[in-house]
Amino acid sequence: MTMLPAHTEKKLGLVIDLDTCVGCHACAVSCKEWNAGGHSAPLPDTDPYGENPSGIWFNRVHTFEAGEGTSSRTVHFPRSCLHCDDAACVTVCPTGASYKREDDGIVLVNEDACIGCKLCSWACPYGAREYDDDSGVMKKCTLCVDRIYNENMAEEERIPACVASCPAGARHFGDLGNPDSDVSKLAAERGGYELMPELGYQPVNRYLPPRPEKKDQGQSGLGVSLPRMEGGSQNGDNKFFHWLDRILSR
Amino acid sequence: MYPAYSVIIFTTASGTGYGLLTVMASFGLATGVPLDPWFGAVGFGLALLLITSGLLTSTAHLGHPERTWRAYSQWRSSWLSREAILATTTYLPLSLTAWGWIVEGSLSGAYGLFAFILIVFSVLTVHSTGMIYATLRTVHAWHNRLTVPGYLSFAFLTGSLWFHAIAQMFGYQTPVIALVAVISLFLTFYIKRKYWRIIDTVKGIATPVSATGLKDMGEVRLFDPPTMTESFVQHELGYSIARKHSQKLRRICFFAYFLIPLILTGLTSNEPPWIAITGTLLAAIFVSCGVVIERWLFFAEAKHTAMLYYGAQSA
Repeated sequence: MTMLPAHTEKKLGLVIDLDTCVGCHACAVSCKEWNAGGHSAPLPDTDPYGENPSGIWFNRVHTFEAGEGTSSRTVHFPRSCLHCDDAACVTVCPTGASYKREDDGIVLVNEDACIGCKLCSWACPYGAREYDDDSGVMKKCTLCVDRIYNENMAEEERIPACVASCPAGARHFGDLGNPDSDVSKLAAERGGYELMPELGYQPVNRYLPPRPEKKDQGQSGLGVSLPRMEGGSQNGDNKFFHWLDRILSR
Repeated sequence: MYPAYSVIIFTTASGTGYGLLTVMASFGLATGVPLDPWFGAVGFGLALLLITSGLLTSTAHLGHPERTWRAYSQWRSSWLSREAILATTTYLPLSLTAWGWIVEGSLSGAYGLFAFILIVFSVLTVHSTGMIYATLRTVHAWHNRLTVPGYLSFAFLTGSLWFHAIAQMFGYQTPVIALVAVISLFLTFYIKRKYWRIIDTVKGIATPVSATGLKDMGEVRLFDPPTMTESFVQHELGYSIARKHSQKLRRICFFAYFLIPLILTGLTSNEPPWIAITGTLLAAIFVSCGVVIERWLFFAEAKHTAMLYYGAQSA
């Protein structure tokens, strides 16, 4: 049924730290790798080795610039399903294929009931759903539902693939409905926020803002500058001495 | 938003069909036209053809058309499901009203009730089509109070102009039929103009700042997209090919669904039959072409919030 549950026991979701994300795309790649064989398998690609490759990814990393000049920041921004409390992708579904689980809040697609009308992808403000043209059904992030409850895996591996693979420790998984969980505390401490809260979809995932720019360097408060170069020209045209310089510099 | 041809054909064709049914049943009930069997057969036949071909076309863009029956199940939350149920249910009062008109030659008693139900269900079906779009908070151009009136008025417009043309063919035209056609022209023109003014002047509430949450840092702009080539999301939600021609297309719309049909209707309604038939038929054809362009623009001009993650500054 595409009516949303009035209340979910848990609100499983992600907390993504935009301060430490280095934009390596490891989360996106491991997501693709796991899910290409998981609950929503396959995740087909079209023209994978050609001029115009395209394919289904549940997690995509964007890079933004904010601000101007010396105070501008480069922010890497992973984007995936936020498992909203008020998930319009679920309520617009005419067949009941789209649903939100009452016990943990995960939003999933029943591929056996999906007619492939794509209306849910229009209803998602975050562009989190991707259509599989080969099998004619909509697919989306499952929060690795086939990992997090998987008793065949070691307990420490029962986390979403994107969280397990992040080399920067920028992704955290847990119950955001429980204020005492690690992720809830982390989000509270760091000022974790919702994306586009003004639209009212009440996403569960939280993003942690980049920490403010440091105006001083360490405790001394003194500026650090690079050592000055010795005087004289660096532009000699003798290739031998340049080579020698490189060797001696090692 | 990607203007899928199947959706454009479906909404315009079935809209015309339901509009025609509404106008026909109304004139039949009000005894504004004689219940001539051939007149009824052509009118109901055309409406049936338009609705059925529209509905069949709409299943063409589905990934699994064979599962269409499942779309009847979620009426409690989904306007698409409600539309499917209403569209299918309408066949019943449609058949009964057509039987009353064509075979019995009467729309009194039970047949009058069927005709009334037909009107209600036709309007509700078009209304639910409009609601599918109007309830999407993600598309600011659709999420406003003129989207549903737009769908209803275009159905009324196409329906009344085709009804006028058919009435001319059978020699049953009256000044009231011509007047209804002219009213539908002005009404649609007014609603669509207001709609365009809204989408041109009112901005969506979501911004690149709210989409990323990067507050107090200044302007937020895309530095590097996730992929070098287009993804499904960009293809489906980021369609923008017609946008730069939108003003030109709006002017074409204005001529096609308003000015030319208005002149044709006004000038030819009282002329000898062959001029009147040609004029009103041409007016109906112009309106139908105009509605297809309008519907295409309806999609192509609509921006989706997901594009804020792909460099759009507004949505």
